Amino acid sequence: MKLVKSAFKSLLGNGLKTWLNVFVLSISFVLIILLQGILKGWSEQAIADTIKWEIADGQYWQNTYDPFDPFTLDSSAVVVPTALQKGVEQHLLEPQLITQASIYPEGRMQNVFLRGIRPDQQLLDILSGKLNTSGTEIPVILGAFMAKQTKLRLNDIVTLRWRDKNGTFEAAEIRVVGIFKTTVPAIDNGNIWLPLAKLQEMTLRPDCANIIVKSPAFQAKDIEGWKFQDVAKLTESTTKLVKTKSAGTSMFYFIFLLLAMLAIFDTQLLSVFRRQREIGTMVALGMTPRQVVWHFTLEGTFNSLLAFAVGAVWGTPLILYMVYKGVSFNMDANELGIAMADTMYATVTPTLVVGTMIFILIVTAIVSYLPARKIAKMNPTDAIRGKAL
Amino acid sequence: MINKDLNNQSFPSSGGVRGGVIVEVKNLVKKFPVGAGFFTALDGINLQFAEGEFTGLVGPSGSGKTTLLNIIGSLDVPTDGEVVVLGKSVGKLNARQAAQLRKEELGFIFQSYNLLPVYTVFENVEFPLLLLNMSADERKKRVLETLEWVGLSDKVNSRPAQLSGGECQRVAIARAMVKRPLLVLADEPTANLDSVNSHNILKTMLKLNNELKTSFIFATHDEKVIGYLKRIVRLQDGKVVEDVFAGRKTTDDGQQKMESSKS
Repeated sequence: MKLVKSAFKSLLGNGLKTWLNVFVLSISFVLIILLQGILKGWSEQAIADTIKWEIADGQYWQNTYDPFDPFTLDSSAVVVPTALQKGVEQHLLEPQLITQASIYPEGRMQNVFLRGIRPDQQLLDILSGKLNTSGTEIPVILGAFMAKQTKLRLNDIVTLRWRDKNGTFEAAEIRVVGIFKTTVPAIDNGNIWLPLAKLQEMTLRPDCANIIVKSPAFQAKDIEGWKFQDVAKLTESTTKLVKTKSAGTSMFYFIFLLLAMLAIFDTQLLSVFRRQREIGTMVALGMTPRQVVWHFTLEGTFNSLLAFAVGAVWGTPLILYMVYKGVSFNMDANELGIAMADTMYATVTPTLVVGTMIFILIVTAIVSYLPARKIAKMNPTDAIRGKAL
Repeated sequence: MINKDLNNQSFPSSGGVRGGVIVEVKNLVKKFPVGAGFFTALDGINLQFAEGEFTGLVGPSGSGKTTLLNIIGSLDVPTDGEVVVLGKSVGKLNARQAAQLRKEELGFIFQSYNLLPVYTVFENVEFPLLLLNMSADERKKRVLETLEWVGLSDKVNSRPAQLSGGECQRVAIARAMVKRPLLVLADEPTANLDSVNSHNILKTMLKLNNELKTSFIFATHDEKVIGYLKRIVRLQDGKVVEDVFAGRKTTDDGQQKMESSKS
């Protein structure tokens, strides 16, 4: 306690130098929390949106289905297994049939994925209800990004060309009956949604599906020929991407932290040199050199405590703004390939704050200790005269 | 200036009877490495200091007085020989034991005061008591009593930079005395002070010596200090050349002669 009190007084006694160090350190402190909070918020938002729009409580994939290999689409389109039929009837499971096709907006050919979905499904946020329309053209809905890419607007009619299960090319007119805005690129970019039954009829694949989306109310079970992908598995790529981004961003605050640490190291070094008499006096008064090392280490470490206080003063309003108002990066999520909302909100948890504090505290303590080690090697009699270094 | 009521005040004593030899120096040799060789700062010193002495180590620069003071203060160790302070052989103490000895039994006063600059007068004087883990109430009581005794009650919240040289040295005395040490080691305590302040400081220390029987050992070549000493150990080139008590004189040939008492 005596060391703590004494070290704190000495630190404050350094005046402006202390406060400059503290301010730089507080920038690192707030920046780490802010950037990590935004990344955490992004990750949570991306996963939540993916659940709402694409995967619900998980998906059954036909064994040969590979979302990254279009050539598996034909072989993986099989009849929904009997064991899952009841769930499908109860709308606890939503089968989706996926096939390749091409459209010809403004005379240009563009490859697309046709995705059949039941118009009355409730599992996903896709506006499938709009597919419940009658007309000569096949009703389709698409995401805003896809609409922008294909220059299709509501009620536009365009030619669709596809092959049925026998490989025969067919063509028909489709009408855009809905455009939905989503942050999940996987259901937007390159996808055209149409009624499942219609797609099954068009491809001569009655009752077939490649994937089946599961509701939380349905108990997942092993089905032969199908593999269940849970939420963790399906959002793995999102989590990994955010982690990669997090590592990249950490460079940013690492530089700030480095600056702060350099300032503290420099101050500590200067302190040890300048305050030799003080060090010698402390030893003469009954402190061991090790206690004096601790004293100086504590003194340096207290920079971080002050930085937490200063950071809290100016950083709290900023962090609260990011948590409740968010920030818009003005980027299209589809270009990034990961779910990303127009406005991103920071998620700041006590764990993040406390974790950052502990991290900074440890780094500061190490940086403060390194110059203070010299004290242990000082001859106290020389130190008293200010001639130990 | 020292409090004019100084002579009428009584220093708060820790009590207890004191007496006997508190420092014994036996064949002390201290060498410092210089280039490829060594410089002998102390060469076969033999001395004893009894409790309650007011002794000066007197000699020119380089005679070894500060080195001897540092070794007695367990801030340095002998190259050869032995120094026993309050029953503890300084050369055999580890860092923690040496610190313990300084913390509990020794007080230091330096030429440059060596006050902790960011602390107030109160905090400077309080510092040794903090190291003794004394309660806050007891610390406050002792610090205020000691500051009153050295006449600095009105400077409690001042910082060293706001004090004169004489006031700084009085703070240093208060810091050395606040824990009631058995022995105070003072290295050129008046070297940075003018004549008036020097005499006041010396009167203060002499009063402490008389009232508490606290032993003082000075390293000095200041004639003003010499006039107050009860014993003078004169050093030259690392050797004791004269050891004068207030009533007798022991020369380096071992003979004792009577001397007049200093006043």
